[in-house]
Amino acid sequence: MKVLVPIKRVVDYNVKVRVKADNSGVELANVKMAMNPFCEIAVEEAVRLKEKGVVTEIVAVTIGSKAAQEQLRTAMALGADRSILIETEEDAQPLAIAKALKAIVEKEQPQLVILGKQAIDGDNSQTGQMLAALTGMGQGTFASEVVVDGDKVKVTREVDGGFQTVELKLPAVITTDLRLNEPRYASLPNIMKAKKKPLDTVSAADLGVDFAPRTKTLKVEAPAARSAGIKVASVEELVSKLKNEAKVI
Amino acid sequence: MGILVYAEHDNSTIKGATLNVVTAAAKIGGDITVLVAGKGCGAAAEAAAKIAGVSKVLVADNDAYGHQLAENVADLVAELGKGYSHILIPATTTGKNFAPRVAALLDAEQISEIITVESADTFKRPIYAGNAIATVQSSDSVKVITVRATGFDAAAAEGGSASVEAVDVAKDAGVSSFVSEELAKSDRPELTAAKIVISGGRGMQNGENFEMLYKVADKLGAAVGASRAAVDAGFVPNDMQVGQTGKIVAPQLYIAVGISGAIQHLAGMKDSKVIVAINKDEEAPIFQVADYGLVADLFDAVPELEKQI
Ligand SMILES: Cc1cc2nc3c(=O)[nH]c(=O)nc-3n(C[C@H](O)[C@H](O)[C@H](O)COP(=O)(O)OP(=O)(O)OC[C@H]3O[C@@H](n4cnc5c(N)ncnc54)[C@H](O)[C@@H]3O)c2cc1C
Ligand SMILES: Cc1cc2nc3c(=O)[nH]c(=O)nc-3n(C[C@H](O)[C@H](O)[C@H](O)COP(=O)(O)OP(=O)(O)OC[C@H]3O[C@@H](n4cnc5c(N)ncnc54)[C@H](O)[C@@H]3O)c2cc1C
Repeated sequence: MKVLVPIKRVVDYNVKVRVKADNSGVELANVKMAMNPFCEIAVEEAVRLKEKGVVTEIVAVTIGSKAAQEQLRTAMALGADRSILIETEEDAQPLAIAKALKAIVEKEQPQLVILGKQAIDGDNSQTGQMLAALTGMGQGTFASEVVVDGDKVKVTREVDGGFQTVELKLPAVITTDLRLNEPRYASLPNIMKAKKKPLDTVSAADLGVDFAPRTKTLKVEAPAARSAGIKVASVEELVSKLKNEAKVI
Repeated sequence: MGILVYAEHDNSTIKGATLNVVTAAAKIGGDITVLVAGKGCGAAAEAAAKIAGVSKVLVADNDAYGHQLAENVADLVAELGKGYSHILIPATTTGKNFAPRVAALLDAEQISEIITVESADTFKRPIYAGNAIATVQSSDSVKVITVRATGFDAAAAEGGSASVEAVDVAKDAGVSSFVSEELAKSDRPELTAAKIVISGGRGMQNGENFEMLYKVADKLGAAVGASRAAVDAGFVPNDMQVGQTGKIVAPQLYIAVGISGAIQHLAGMKDSKVIVAINKDEEAPIFQVADYGLVADLFDAVPELEKQI
């Protein structure tokens, strides 16, 4: 069966982002970009399913600018067989992304779509669930274990109280949590091979999806800064401060 | 038009986060209706009717909603939600699971994890693990919003007297089913509701050493949390993780023990009122946000702390 893995190009998780002086957004010029960590986990899961013989083809897809080809190449170096770039310069919101992904799902007919549970830039955690709703598929979000069994998939989910396991009919949508797997590193030969794998570009307009956001970002500010307090010399001093100064115990 | 608030509950009681969402709804302004969907959830509905500021409670009591399966709950909320100007859902794992489905079904762009209400269509929400705060304005006719509990005070759980109305809508999408769940049991307060949280990181070295934190927690009536490193290493279960991808807490007092202070961890706790850090490395970034920092070996400091409180 075929798996579709939507991935996103984001600011590398090690970068401490800075808000632009004009409050229009965050500084993205000359900032290191990478594949969203949760998307790496999604690619890894697809690759493991292929290694187990459950999956026959992995298609990576991204919606973004030309630069996002880099992340598609990474996905192919990690094991995706081919990839699709839906090109747009628009700040697409998750609903529009999900609509574009739906168009790809209709064309590719995957049995599984594996996404990250959230992108570490927008932190929205919406795209997978929206895609599932638009396509009428069942969803297993925040997955920490995925077991495909015939025409069903069992997904163990990380929830506030612990774990929940659900069973979904295929085709289904899965979004990955951190502990689903530990992604591998791409080897040099695989990086070379990935350069020859097919990468198709589709323009957003061809899909007939309106990417213009209906939610306007009015401004982006730095959070209230928290200044470092004081160092205490002993546990005794700490307890006394907590009791008498902060009055929290 | 009115606001529909989705209640998080365990069929018998209303979960704390619901009360914070009611406060967010009150800030937007308008009649507040609370929807309690579950199986055998009459007691939870009664409790919801007592929340101050709520004018009506809708109860959808049906097998289909027993385990809060996203496919079924979203169909219900999307159908009932059409008549409201806003649908407010707690940003818990339950809420985050089904809310985007509701938004997609209503062709609305969801606004995730708001922390303030600026006006009926404008909200603030953290992006980039809380390193930036975006002010966003929605032009959707129905606004589907998840609410981060730490951004709002809890509404009073008593004092209201809303009417309770049963809704007879059974939605079973038929694509998913519940298999099992494994919920952690603890006599300590819930992480997201506790006034004091004490968390351990990789510095704790193993699960047994967390006993030291449990002892302090029990003396203080605190909840115990952890960094991702401590969870990944198997010291403690996943439901204890605090951070960008774990739980967001903002207690009166947060004590970080053997935690370095990575941005992803800070994202989950930096709105705490008072932060204490105990770390043997005086350069650890956690000290940059700590009100009181103690540079010490945790294996000396924590037992000492337990003695002195
Ligand atoms: C070029 C560009 C610049 C932007 N600049 C800003 C900005 O400065 N400020 C701001 O607030 N917003 C900005 N946005 C929009 C913001 O990033 C959106 O919120 C985002 O596109 C979707 O939200 P999310 O990634 O948080 O979704 P989530 O729902 O959290 O993503 C979950 C998963 O969905 C999949 N997914 C998400 N997006 C894509 C995609 N594009 N292609 C393929 N799969 C995807 C991935 O598997 C991901 O792990 C920008 C978007 C783009 C494309
Ligand atoms: C996409 C993504 C999401 C993430 N989400 C989260 C999240 O939600 N929550 C989270 O916590 N992390 C998250 N992380 C991980 C995060 O980046 C850090 O790796 C993690 O928080 C580190 O945990 P730690 O501070 O316990 O471990 P370390 O960074 O290893 O720090 C251990 C600390 O313990 C101190 N120490 C050691 N021994 C002692 C002793 N005897 N006495 C006193 N101090 C001692 C050390 O000095 C050190 O500062 C995420 C990462 C990614 C990429």
